[in-house]
Amino acid sequence: MSSNDGRKRVALALGACAFAGTLLYFVVGGIGNNLVYYWGPTEVLAAGPKAQGASIRLGGLVEKGSIVKGEGSNMSFTVTDGKKSFPVRCTSVPPQMFREGIGVVVEVTVAGDGVFESHRLMVSHGNEYRAPDDPASVDLKKLMDSTDGIRSPDKE
Amino acid sequence: MKPKTLVVIGGTLLTAGCFWGLLFAPAEVFMGDVYRIFYIHVPTAWNGLLLLTAAFICAVMYLMKGDLMWDDRLEASMEAGVVLSALLTVQGSIWARPTWGVWWNWDPRLTTTAILVFAFAGILALRTSLKEPRRRAMVTSVATIVAAADVPLVYFSVRFWNSLHQIQSSPETVSAAFVWPLRVNAIAVLLLMAGLISIRAETVARLREAGSEPPPLPSAQVEGAR
Repeated sequence: MSSNDGRKRVALALGACAFAGTLLYFVVGGIGNNLVYYWGPTEVLAAGPKAQGASIRLGGLVEKGSIVKGEGSNMSFTVTDGKKSFPVRCTSVPPQMFREGIGVVVEVTVAGDGVFESHRLMVSHGNEYRAPDDPASVDLKKLMDSTDGIRSPDKE
Repeated sequence: MKPKTLVVIGGTLLTAGCFWGLLFAPAEVFMGDVYRIFYIHVPTAWNGLLLLTAAFICAVMYLMKGDLMWDDRLEASMEAGVVLSALLTVQGSIWARPTWGVWWNWDPRLTTTAILVFAFAGILALRTSLKEPRRRAMVTSVATIVAAADVPLVYFSVRFWNSLHQIQSSPETVSAAFVWPLRVNAIAVLLLMAGLISIRAETVARLREAGSEPPPLPSAQVEGAR
C-alpha cells in the first residue's frame, strides 16, 4: 500500500465527516426550525387565519374536567398548553390511555364554529413509569376497560 | 473473555431479565402489562444506536489506518445494528397501538429511526455489489460516516422537536421496581451483541480472505463431489 493511498483515505475520512457534520448542522439548525410535528394552542393562535381550514396537528394536554361524552363515540374536550386552550370534537373511539391531564396529539381541521374537528386522536405517553404502592391493588380487568380512577401513588 | 462466553452470559442474563421483567416486576399504574415491552424495547434502542456508532468508529478507523480488519468489524456491527433497529420499530409499533392509539405516525423520532434502518440496510446491500475488498471498504466507510449523522438525530429528536414519542426516561422517572430488570436486560443485550459481533467479524474476515465468496451450500457440495 503506498502512502498515496493512505493520504487519499484520510482525506476521504475528513471529507465524509465534514459532509455529515454540515448535514447535521443544517437539519438541526436551519431546516429544523421549520420542521414542526405539532402546534400547541398558542402557536395555532399565532398562526391566525393560516390555521383556518388547514389540516394541522394540535398538541397539548387534555384540560381537567373538559371531557364531555356524547352519543355513541361522540366526545368533546379541550386541549390546553396552560396559557391558551382550544375545544376539540371527536367521533372516533379514543385510545385506552385517554384521560384528563394526559398529553394528546390530534390531527384536526378547524370547523366553521371555531371548534377543532378531530380526524385522528393520539395519546402521548410521558417518560414516567410508576409501580403501584400495592401491586395487588391494580385490577388488570378494570384497567383494560378504563383507566379512570386509578391514581399514581407517586403523584398524589 | 472469549466471544462464546459473552454470548452465553448475555443469553443467560437476558433470559433472567425477561423473566424478572415479565413475571415478577409489578404492572404499571396506567398502562398495566402493556408497559412491559420496555424491558426489551429500551435495551434494543440503546444497543442498536451503540452498534451503529461502533460501525461509524470502524469506518473512521479503516480510513485512518487502512487495515481491512476494521472493515470486517464494521460489517459485523452494522448487521447487528440494522437487525436491532428494525426490531426496535416493530416493538415500538406494538407498544404504540394500545398506548398512542396508532401503529405509526410520522413523528420526528419515528421518522429518523425509519431513515436509520433504511440507510444502514442500504449500505449493507451496497456492500454485496462490490467484490474488491479495498474498494468495498472505502465506499462503505464513506457511506457509513454520512449515514451516521442520523444516529444523534434519532437520540436527540425527542428533545429538538415536538414529538409524539416521549423523551428519554431516567431513574428519576422510572420506579425503582422497574429499573433493575431493565438494566439487567440492557447489559445482557450488550454482552450478547459484543460476543456475536466478534464471532461475526471473524467469519467476515475469513470470507474475505477466501475471496469474498460465501461457503458453498450443502447441495452444491454434493454436486461438486459427483
